[in-house]
Order: sequence, then structure tokens, then C-alpha cells
Amino acid sequence: MDDLRKRARVLLETSEVKVVIGYEQGTAGKTRALFVEKPDDADRLIFDNHCIQNLAAYVTKAEVKNKGRMAIAATLPVMRSIIQLASEHQVSDNNLVVLGITPERKLVEFGNLTEVETFVHQYEIEIDTTYREKLDRLDKMAPSERWKFWIDELSPCFKCYACRAACPMCYCSRCTVDFNQPQWIPVPSHELGNLEWHIMRAVHLTGRCIDCDACYNACPLGIPLNLLTKKMIEDVRANFEGYQPSLNRGHLMSTYKPDDKENFIQ
Amino acid sequence: MSIDKHLIRKDSLEKLFDILKQNSKKIYAPVPKNGKLSFKEAESYSEIPTGYIQTTQSSKEVAFPRTEKLLDYSKSNEGITVKGIKIDDFPEIILWGVRPCDAMGIDQISAIFNWDYKDEIYNSRLSRVTILGFSCSKADEYCFCTSVGGNPGNTEGSDILFTRLGDDGDYLAEVLTGKGSAITSMLPGLFEKAGEIKKEKFLADIPIKFKNEEIRKKLENFFESDQWIEHSLKCLGCGACAYVCPTCACFDIQDESHGKSGSRVRCWDSCGFSLFTLHTSGHNPREVQSQRWRQRIMHKFSYMPDRLSVYGCTGCGRCSRACPADMNILEQLISIQEAAV
Repeated sequence: MDDLRKRARVLLETSEVKVVIGYEQGTAGKTRALFVEKPDDADRLIFDNHCIQNLAAYVTKAEVKNKGRMAIAATLPVMRSIIQLASEHQVSDNNLVVLGITPERKLVEFGNLTEVETFVHQYEIEIDTTYREKLDRLDKMAPSERWKFWIDELSPCFKCYACRAACPMCYCSRCTVDFNQPQWIPVPSHELGNLEWHIMRAVHLTGRCIDCDACYNACPLGIPLNLLTKKMIEDVRANFEGYQPSLNRGHLMSTYKPDDKENFIQ
Repeated sequence: MSIDKHLIRKDSLEKLFDILKQNSKKIYAPVPKNGKLSFKEAESYSEIPTGYIQTTQSSKEVAFPRTEKLLDYSKSNEGITVKGIKIDDFPEIILWGVRPCDAMGIDQISAIFNWDYKDEIYNSRLSRVTILGFSCSKADEYCFCTSVGGNPGNTEGSDILFTRLGDDGDYLAEVLTGKGSAITSMLPGLFEKAGEIKKEKFLADIPIKFKNEEIRKKLENFFESDQWIEHSLKCLGCGACAYVCPTCACFDIQDESHGKSGSRVRCWDSCGFSLFTLHTSGHNPREVQSQRWRQRIMHKFSYMPDRLSVYGCTGCGRCSRACPADMNILEQLISIQEAAV
């Protein structure tokens, strides 16, 4: 990824951006986010198979975005996240430069976010076969059996909110679960509290989740919570003509159209 | 109490488990789920894996559950009725398979719960716990107990400490407390008198990376260091580190109401969350993540030794293993020690 390091250096030297968000070698064989502010530090940037953390989670963080215009090393899931964030007015061409990394690991440069959108639309979001099989198994369960499955899977959750923190789409300055007067959903991590938290999160991500698995990868307890969002992606696809993140198509769960085909809304 | 050394044959551990279980003891042991180990009530000995380095979650939940009821209340025209919980009703628990770092951590977290106020609920739960520690024959690059006063065969905090004498060997059982000898005297057939056994050669090698006292000294003039910002920019602000930590004790009080009645519950909380310090006025004294990360380190290595005479870190490495952003506490501590300040 020499191209990436060179481009990052130039962007910083010419002051086109103030910070480049990429990956560096972490501890114990892990990779992690790196925020390059000095041109010489661009050489610390790396890219390999281990670089799967969704860096788009940082572009809405005050500590990062307050530094000034940002550039981000963006794999396909990161690019999709950025398009979704742009459609929600969280980032724009004014504050973000995308340094795309193609699935073939080539650096691709974009003049603006519209070009990023055109690029990502070449690739469908694909639920891989292992998850496809798990979702099929869940679909075939009787409701009571499925209920038991989720109660059991969610029982270890201690609400550290790593899933929320790692998700680029969970950028609310105050999450519904953090309100206690009135309390919208139970704060304690007991059966009901865990169930309501994960259902709420999945529903808030419906039509917004781009299937990066950041939530699952972040969960210290290995809870398969991405099964919920993957199911939502499939449902959305089946019911809303292959919906995917898009700059100008409006928002799936919050767009009202007078000619909506459902009559309950008219 | 002087250390009473016994030998227990490798095949007898299962027998010990079964007999304790038959004596209607609840046994909490490392049980896997989704590839992660947590202390849960184990139904059979076969559920407990061997050869693990560390559990994902610490064992603190036996005395400090993630969520627990403190009282029930109800409102009527006559006023409010409050009913406390019965603190003598907590179950007797055997904590099985605890690593020496966790056992040592019990003293640290207990110091917090007994600082200016003696937390009766915590103390009552803990008084009913018997700790069966297991020494470490293996460690990984996250482990640093030897830098914070522990070691892989540390007896501190355990009621009995088992050390396996070789990969497929029998176990040395060091009986350290009255609770421990209550078990050995109940089952004299399982425990043989041990001769002079040097357990050190069977323990993991964990090099010392820094000294607690040096970190504490450095921190006296480190509050305004830029290091906090450099290290924490990648921090996502979740509570994974605090929730897997054996000594993090912060909690939040919530009321769960159902019409005119409800319960007051204590829930885990973390100084890593921005909400943790948010005032009603809207002001937040720790408004950025670097201040929250600083708080975490300062609390464990400066405020706790100052106020409670114990450090707040056992070197178990769980926070670093669990962190989704590779915030590695050992890396931070070494860089504090090496800083020029």
C-alpha cells in the first residue's frame, strides 16, 4: 500500500486535509486505527487482511472531526458507510476525502462522494453462505423456538455498548437507551433489558446497516447480533426494491410519499 | 494461617466437583459460550475446559452482579413503602478455576466497596464465596501480573490454590484459609499430605514490564500530558474494558417502575462513557475521550493507592484482549514509565 502512504503524505503536505484516518500495526498481532497528522507519520500506515475495523465510526467523533478536513482509507464497507452517513448529512465533500481500497487492494481516488457512490454500486451487499444458512435455520423455527434462541443468545450481554460504539451508523449524541427520565427501554442488562436494547438497535439500523459486521467483531462476548441486522437487510431488499446506501434516494424508514402503495399511511 | 500443602490426584478433581455439587453447593466455573469463557453455574465437571489462559469476563459478578435489586417500593395514598432485600439469603458459592490475578483483585475491588461506606450487599455476597484458584502454567502477551505485584502462582485471595505439576500431572493444593480447610477436612480421602514441592518450575514465565510505584510517581505530574490524547484517539468510548475488569466497580442506580410500584437496581457503569459524568446542567467535566481514558488509568494507579492503599489493576490483561480498538493498557503503562516527565 505504498500508493496509500504516498497519497496520505501529499494530502497532509499540501494541507488538503488535516488528518488521514487509516490502519497501523497494533499490539499482539492486531491492527488498529491510526490518525496521521504529520506527513512523516504517513509511513506508519498499513493495509492487510486484518484491517477489518470500520473506520467510518471515527468520522462522526468530535475528537477526530474537530481536527479539520479528514481523509479516510476506505474499504468497500467503509465506503458504503460513508455514503450512508453523507445521505444523513453527517459528512460531505467539504470535510471528507475518500481514499478507496478496492477488493483487489488497489488504491482508487475519487473527486467527490458521488463518484464513491457510483463505485460502491458496482458491488452488491452479499450475505455469505454461513450466515445465509443461519438465517434460514432461524426462519424455519417456530416463533417460540426462535424466542428461546434469542433470549439465550442475548443473555450474556452486559451492555458495554461496544456494538454501538463500533458502528458507524450509531452516531447519536444521546442514544435512546441512555434516557432514564422517562426510561424508554430498561437500562439493566436483564432478559427484557437486553432483548429490548438489541431489538431497538436492529430497528434503528434497518435500511441503514451496510453489513460490515463491526458490531459483532466488537462484541467482547461474541454475541451473534449481526444476525439481526443481516435479517433486516434481507427484508429490506425483498420489500424495497434492492435498497442500498445512496446519496439521493431518501431514507427508507423515515420517508413519507403521498403515493405510498400501503394505504394505512394515507 | 500457615499454608497447608496437599496433593490431589488429577482424576480426583472431578470427584471433588461432584461431591461439592452433591452437597448442594453452587459451583461457578469458566463455561464457554460463543467461544468466550465466563463464570457461570456449572452443572457438570465436563463443562469446564482446561488449558485456558484467561476467562473473557472476570469473576467479580459473584459479589457484584451486572444488575441487582437493592430494594422494592410501592406508592399509595398513605405514602411510600420501601422494602429492602434480605442480605442473608444469598447463596453459598464455590468459585472454581479462578486465576491468581482475579483472586488478588478481590482485595482491590473490596477496598472500593468498603471505603467510606461498607456495602452490606457486596460484603454479604462475598462472605458466602469460597475461591478455588488455579495457578497459571501459560500466559500470553496481554498478561502482566508480575508488574503489579502478582505472580502466576500467587496464593493471595484464594481459599485453596491448585497448581498443576506438569502438563498431565497431579495438583498441589495449598489450603490457605478456614473456608479452604473446611473443604479438605470434609473430603480427607481426596487430599493427601504433600511433601516439599517446588511449584515455581510449573508456572508461566511472565517478565516484569514496569513497576507500580514508578507509574504512580510519574502520574503525579502527568495529568496534562499529551499522551492521553495520543493514546485515546482510537478509543471508541464503550465500556468493554470496565465490564471485563476484575476491579472496576462503578455503578449506576436505576428505578424500574411499573405503575405505582417498582424496584431500585444497581447496574454496572463505566467512566469510559460520556454519560457517566454528564451533569443535569448539560456541562460535562470529562467532555472528551482522552479525559475519560486518563481517569481510568489515574484511578487505578494513582487515586486508588492514594485513598485505599491498594492499586486497581491485577495485570489480567482482559481489557486489552476485549478492546475492539486495540487500546492496550500495558502499552500505555510502559509509555508512561518511559516518558521523560
